[in-house]
Amino acid sequence: MPSLTDLMQQGHKVRQHHPWPRAVIDAPAWNLAASELAQGRLSLLGLWGEPSTVHMATSDTHGAEIAVLSLDCPDRNYPSVGMHHPPALRLERTVNDLFGLSAQGLPDSRAWLDHKLWGVRYPLGDRVDALPGPAPYRFLAAEGDGLHQIAVGPVHAGIIEPGHFRFTASGETVVRLEQRLGYTHKGIEGLMSGADLERATRLAGRVSGDSTVAFAYAFSKAAEAALEVVAPDRAVWLRALMAELERLANHLGDIGAICNDASFTLMHAHCSVLRESVLRASAHAFGHRLMRDVIVPGGVTRDVNDEGKETIQATLDNIRLRFPAMVELYDITASLQDRTVDTGVLKPALVKQYAAGGFVGRASGRGFDARRALAYPPYDDLRFEVPVLNEGDVNARVWIRVREVEQSLSLIDQILDRLPAGALRTNVVQTPKVREGMAIVEGFRGDVLAWLRLRDGRIERCHLRDPSWFQWPLLEAAIENNIVADFPLCNKSFNCSYSGHDL
Amino acid sequence: MRKLLFQSLFRRPFTEAAPSPDDAAVAELATIVGHAARRRLGRSLSIREVDAGSCNGCELEIHALNNAYYDVERFGLRFVASPRHADVLMVTGPVTRNMRDALERTYQATPNPKWVVAIGDCARDGGCFAGSYAVVGGVSEVIPVDLHISGCPPTPTAMLQGLLALLERVDASAVTI
Repeated sequence: MPSLTDLMQQGHKVRQHHPWPRAVIDAPAWNLAASELAQGRLSLLGLWGEPSTVHMATSDTHGAEIAVLSLDCPDRNYPSVGMHHPPALRLERTVNDLFGLSAQGLPDSRAWLDHKLWGVRYPLGDRVDALPGPAPYRFLAAEGDGLHQIAVGPVHAGIIEPGHFRFTASGETVVRLEQRLGYTHKGIEGLMSGADLERATRLAGRVSGDSTVAFAYAFSKAAEAALEVVAPDRAVWLRALMAELERLANHLGDIGAICNDASFTLMHAHCSVLRESVLRASAHAFGHRLMRDVIVPGGVTRDVNDEGKETIQATLDNIRLRFPAMVELYDITASLQDRTVDTGVLKPALVKQYAAGGFVGRASGRGFDARRALAYPPYDDLRFEVPVLNEGDVNARVWIRVREVEQSLSLIDQILDRLPAGALRTNVVQTPKVREGMAIVEGFRGDVLAWLRLRDGRIERCHLRDPSWFQWPLLEAAIENNIVADFPLCNKSFNCSYSGHDL
Repeated sequence: MRKLLFQSLFRRPFTEAAPSPDDAAVAELATIVGHAARRRLGRSLSIREVDAGSCNGCELEIHALNNAYYDVERFGLRFVASPRHADVLMVTGPVTRNMRDALERTYQATPNPKWVVAIGDCARDGGCFAGSYAVVGGVSEVIPVDLHISGCPPTPTAMLQGLLALLERVDASAVTI
């Protein structure tokens, strides 16, 4: 039974790739890795392309032993991983959309992000003119008596990102949900190629607005890994402070929004007030409500002063005062519990297969949290628990957020208490040499992966993998046999990113 | 639940004073020609939000407009689920090529009189995404825009200032039949 190390050793190790190893392997080794994934001995962290190479990042099932396996594709094709391991399906469709690299044996050959409206095919690879006229997307069929289709989106009824959901329903019950995404695809990875570090950092922070801190954090760490730069201690701790404030604000907003989708607007009203208080504290401390453009390669662009710290502390104190009553309200309101308990159940086996992270994974038994598993500073020096539940229903995903709110409050307390003095930024010295770096950071939705190659001070290639890639497909499974009216509830309990996914 | 609801009777509301309408917005809106029908709208506007490819940052701040601090509904501004019910289209994002058609259809489905508000730097001119193969550019490249509100994302206060200017403009330019 080959281990990841064996597979790596068979290949040619890439020297300037940090902090985890990357090896260029051959097709048989690639197929072996695919088989290991299919058998559940490896987890897929990401799969992305370049003009004539395809990469996959893997880890063992605990999130350790991370490595990148690369396969050169001189003939513009490679053996499909998705045919053995479903989590890779959409990733391979995307690699084809963007680079024209085709996965041999891929059972689903439909375009994913490419809606045939770009005017060009394979925009990041060998560009080819678009075919005339977009062909309609072939949604999967469902057979049975009295089935009807409900098409939702891309424009949705609320204040929310665009995406298409094609339901097949039997009466009120969902028989199949099929998603079609890509509506917010902005070609970010294309814009990144050739960009200097400053522009690329700005782009990274604009992939997903609610995770601007997490993405800038992952991108900056990847750049630092590539250039072997170490951010100063104070910056490291400030980054975690921002990450926890972002997590806190999003979880508070989500808890209310999930209840709102069950028409329990009282929770939403009160949670929105608490979320607003966190955004105001963030603005006071860091100059921007969402703390955009503060984390950069080398450190952070601004400091938090005593007044900022006091505002954050006062906000936390207020949340500690108000939040328990809301949690109790959620717990004792029978009509709300009736909606959330046993709804949208996601089985632990699926979450394990997809290596789904965040509250989606942790509500279905998968305890992976990058802050714990990878113990990147300062989390290796902070006390916190990783809550895990097994029920996998909407209720469980609410409770994981409740517990993580409590953990984030504690983490912020610790960070404010022990924030080290010192510089905010290490000078980033560019080099003409080729350098590669990778980082994984725990955003509020789950693990954000950033991988990049620098050449002569500019980004040659940057791939940003949102945790939603491994959560969106699971929503399709979770909604089965639930009623259509429970879809908003299930969808909000997952709260997957559209823009983070579409890039 | 009763306890929470009861508290609301005795505590001061969070709702803050309205900001003054934005000067720049008032200037931009000065070019709108009034129609007789606008009088009938009174001082209430129904808003349909359309994300034409944003990063979702603008959506977060638009959500904040509905919280107790900003309480956009007290001005007669409310968000509706269908363009058929809307007076205003609030559009975010650099229009992606994949969303162009949906944006156009939503605009066509909105009955007259209607106004379009483009929210955020991307909606103005594509922002940092301008020039991408996947992006059209600002919202005004696809549908006529009456008001731009800048920011990345604009704060709820900035949006409120713009919307209040719109409300005043709509009311002021109305003509009595």
